[in-house]
Amino acid sequence: MNKILENEVLAEKINRYVIEAPKIAQRRKAGQFVIVRIDEHGERIPLTIADADPEQGTITLIVQAVGKTTAQMTLLKPGDYLLDVVGPLGAPTHIERFGTAVVVGGGIGIAPAHPIAQALKAAGNTVITILGARSKSLLILEEEMRRTSDEVIVCTDDGSYGMKGLVTHALADLIARRGKPDFVFAVGPVPMMKYVSLLTKEHGIPTMVSLNPIMIDGTGMCGGCRVTVGGEMRFACVDGPDFDGHQVDFDELMKRQAFYKEQEAIAYQRMLERCRAEGIAQPDPS
Amino acid sequence: MSDELNPKEIETLRALSAKERMQIPRQVMPEQSPDERRANFREVPYGLPSMTAVVEANRCLACKKPACVEGCPVGIDIPGFVALIARGDFEGAIRKVKETNMLPAICGRVCPQETQCEANCVLGKKGDPVAIGRLERFVADWEREHGLMEPPPIGEPTGKSVGVVGSGPAGLTVAIDLRRMGHSVTIYEALHAPGGVLMYGIPEFRLPKSIVNAEIEVVRRMGVDIQCNYVIGQIETVDDLLERHDAVFLGTGAGLPWFMNLPGENLCGVYSANEYLTRCNLMRAYEFPCCDTPIAASERVAVIGGGNVAMDVARTAVRLGAKEVYLIYRRSEAEMPARAEEIHHAKEEGIIFKLLHTPVRYIGDESGRVQQVECIRMELGEPDASGRRRPVPIEGSEYTIDVDTVVVAIGNGPNPLVPKTTKGLEVDPRRGTIKTNLETMRTSRRGVFAGGDIAVGAATVILAMGHGRKAARSIDHFLRTGIWDVDRID
Ligand SMILES: Cc1cc2nc3c(=O)[nH]c(=O)nc-3n(C[C@H](O)[C@H](O)[C@H](O)COP(=O)(O)OP(=O)(O)OC[C@H]3O[C@@H](n4cnc5c(N)ncnc54)[C@H](O)[C@@H]3O)c2cc1C
Ligand SMILES: Cc1cc2nc3c(=O)[nH]c(=O)nc-3n(C[C@H](O)[C@H](O)[C@H](O)COP(=O)(O)OP(=O)(O)OC[C@H]3O[C@@H](n4cnc5c(N)ncnc54)[C@H](O)[C@@H]3O)c2cc1C
Ligand code: SF4
Ligand code: SF4
Ligand code: FES
Repeated sequence: MNKILENEVLAEKINRYVIEAPKIAQRRKAGQFVIVRIDEHGERIPLTIADADPEQGTITLIVQAVGKTTAQMTLLKPGDYLLDVVGPLGAPTHIERFGTAVVVGGGIGIAPAHPIAQALKAAGNTVITILGARSKSLLILEEEMRRTSDEVIVCTDDGSYGMKGLVTHALADLIARRGKPDFVFAVGPVPMMKYVSLLTKEHGIPTMVSLNPIMIDGTGMCGGCRVTVGGEMRFACVDGPDFDGHQVDFDELMKRQAFYKEQEAIAYQRMLERCRAEGIAQPDPS
Repeated sequence: MSDELNPKEIETLRALSAKERMQIPRQVMPEQSPDERRANFREVPYGLPSMTAVVEANRCLACKKPACVEGCPVGIDIPGFVALIARGDFEGAIRKVKETNMLPAICGRVCPQETQCEANCVLGKKGDPVAIGRLERFVADWEREHGLMEPPPIGEPTGKSVGVVGSGPAGLTVAIDLRRMGHSVTIYEALHAPGGVLMYGIPEFRLPKSIVNAEIEVVRRMGVDIQCNYVIGQIETVDDLLERHDAVFLGTGAGLPWFMNLPGENLCGVYSANEYLTRCNLMRAYEFPCCDTPIAASERVAVIGGGNVAMDVARTAVRLGAKEVYLIYRRSEAEMPARAEEIHHAKEEGIIFKLLHTPVRYIGDESGRVQQVECIRMELGEPDASGRRRPVPIEGSEYTIDVDTVVVAIGNGPNPLVPKTTKGLEVDPRRGTIKTNLETMRTSRRGVFAGGDIAVGAATVILAMGHGRKAARSIDHFLRTGIWDVDRID
């Protein structure tokens, strides 16, 4: 049982949770995640540790409500508990002094990108951050990213803020303007990571991506999280979640992520009905 | 059926001669009919009614040198407890069992008795052996149903503490025995529920989770601190544990699923047995949407493999509503590693056996969902290293089966997480098991013991418990003497 200390809305359907988890707060490194279960009937869902405060004994999760569990989480109040939090899981992101490092975060991917930008900065890199969101209201952590980056470029799909366009455009512009960076780290929706990787492959820039296949145990026991990297089967929860973007089979990942769509919709509808029946304020339908 | 004891009948039974005893047929355990059980996850056998258990117990000849005990990896006093059942003293019987086995409701259900205790029973030479497993299960159920489960006495505190990694049968047994000796014990478990394979692997219809929980509750009441959601190798290493514990026991099991590296193995709808069973058992996907975790809705399922795990998967798929379930195994039925009883149950439930067949690739549709499995027929050639005849593909015999779900159940290896993060822990490079002296359960690392599947590869519940038992004696010896270099503990 882990106590929720804060639950704050950061942007439309994106909440920031501060959770009591002293040991995880001490041990976690950038790039690692936890697996959370809300209640007895709940699913196990992986969430990146966006930040941690070892002194306070807390970790921060930034979560987008996309379905049953993540929407149900938004209803939890400070003082409530998460039934299970296990972590830190996954291998930490490999950080070294590359020189100039570009961190690309798309949508909710900005949350996991933040600790990586911090770590790259701390290792002495020049950090350029590209943030992408569908529109201004969905952009998160801009301030925090500015604090850890030498330069921040914001793009929105609808042009409501920053430059209008995709992060790949911003990255192409950046390469044209400043030359090749030494390293790129991309995290966000799978198509975004795919196109960033295609672009950097053309330019021969080493690129890591953080993959988010469906997981259960997170310890290498079930193989549900398997991904194909360089033609080989890897388990994202223990071998990753970071992999060489030039080697990942993104199309396979996208298909595997979508496998339970129908059942997920049923679970979500069922929760809405229960909320209605019990007179609980409903989380936004997505 | 009345479940009352009939003292008169017991008296008559007790008066029987050995010869007469041998005339009593092995008693039948009533079970759900195949048709009924295909549609539910409830346990298949109902257990023995009290008087049936008494009759069965009266078949035992109370051998002076009981061969059955030799066959039990934990050495339960079988004639002792069976004789107590024979007299109708169920409380005495369960006490006797629990002198050596604290998880009898589990073992009575899942032990491969036919190759262990019952294989050795003298009655088996001419007829059917005493149903030792069913009797063990019977007294354990009787105790639980009568609310009589009590933790055994705990030893005087020794001031020593032991960290146990993994809460499967090996870890639980080591913890129980160490508490009896007065050591304090903390179990660290990666998942959110303790029990290991008992919880996530073996299906509800063979081993109800409420029974596992009840037996684990007693372990808790013995003062064992069970920390779930605690992955050693991630949040802490074995070295960290050795800083606050005087010894560490590794019982992390064989949880790494093997795949065959076939084309299409990552299609949607292709699972490892571990994932399929974990979704269904631990996460209770069979109760979806009451429970949130989904599992593929399947009409036609192919299960690859011929062991107990494959049987469990096939029988699970039937209960999840699949209309046709194929079991694809590359050898013939004679070579199947699964228990005869499981094969029998699977056949009764309508599973279609494709023997001497093996998959060569999986074919998917646009969305990436598996649609077909392409198989090739096999024939048996020369015996291989294991003595079994090696299956060889018959060229040109490929054909396809339409399926929407595939479960790969070809076995598991040890999970490398702990070995990878522990300095000085020697591992068998081929099998991935932790090198362990099977007399003392000591590893290459001072103060670190191991047992169960992590030490020998995928085996059985009772073997893991036997290791746990030996390890507890060895750990106790080490904690009392501080001596590490010994070859035997007597
Ligand atoms: C390593 C990792 C780190 C992640 N970090 C974050 C994060 O920091 N913030 C965040 O908002 N999201 C994160 N995610 C994604 C998050 O786990 C999913 O959004 C969440 O599981 C959705 O659950 P749901 O019940 O709300 O939605 P559902 O309706 O059940 O699912 C919506 C979609 O989420 C994905 N999903 C569903 N179940 C799982 C599962 N068990 N494991 C992984 N993905 C699943 C599927 O693609 C699915 O189509 C991460 C995923 C991974 C693998
Ligand atoms: C589907 C299936 C059916 C089976 N049926 C039978 C049967 O009928 N009869 C029989 O005798 N045997 C059966 N077996 C085999 C039997 O279950 C195992 O041999 C036995 O459970 C091994 O016990 P163990 O204690 O070594 O490990 P496990 O039961 O595997 O338990 C290991 C535990 O350690 C935990 N763990 C692993 N790594 C870590 C870590 N790094 N940190 C913390 N915790 C960790 C795991 O989560 C797990 O809970 C079956 C196995 C399977 C998979
Ligand atoms: S524990 Fe297993 S082997 Fe031992 S007596 Fe019981 S059923 Fe037989
Ligand atoms: S060998 Fe058979 S008959 Fe003899 S004591 Fe054991 S169970 Fe009884
Ligand atoms: S989530 Fe089960 S192996 Fe990765």
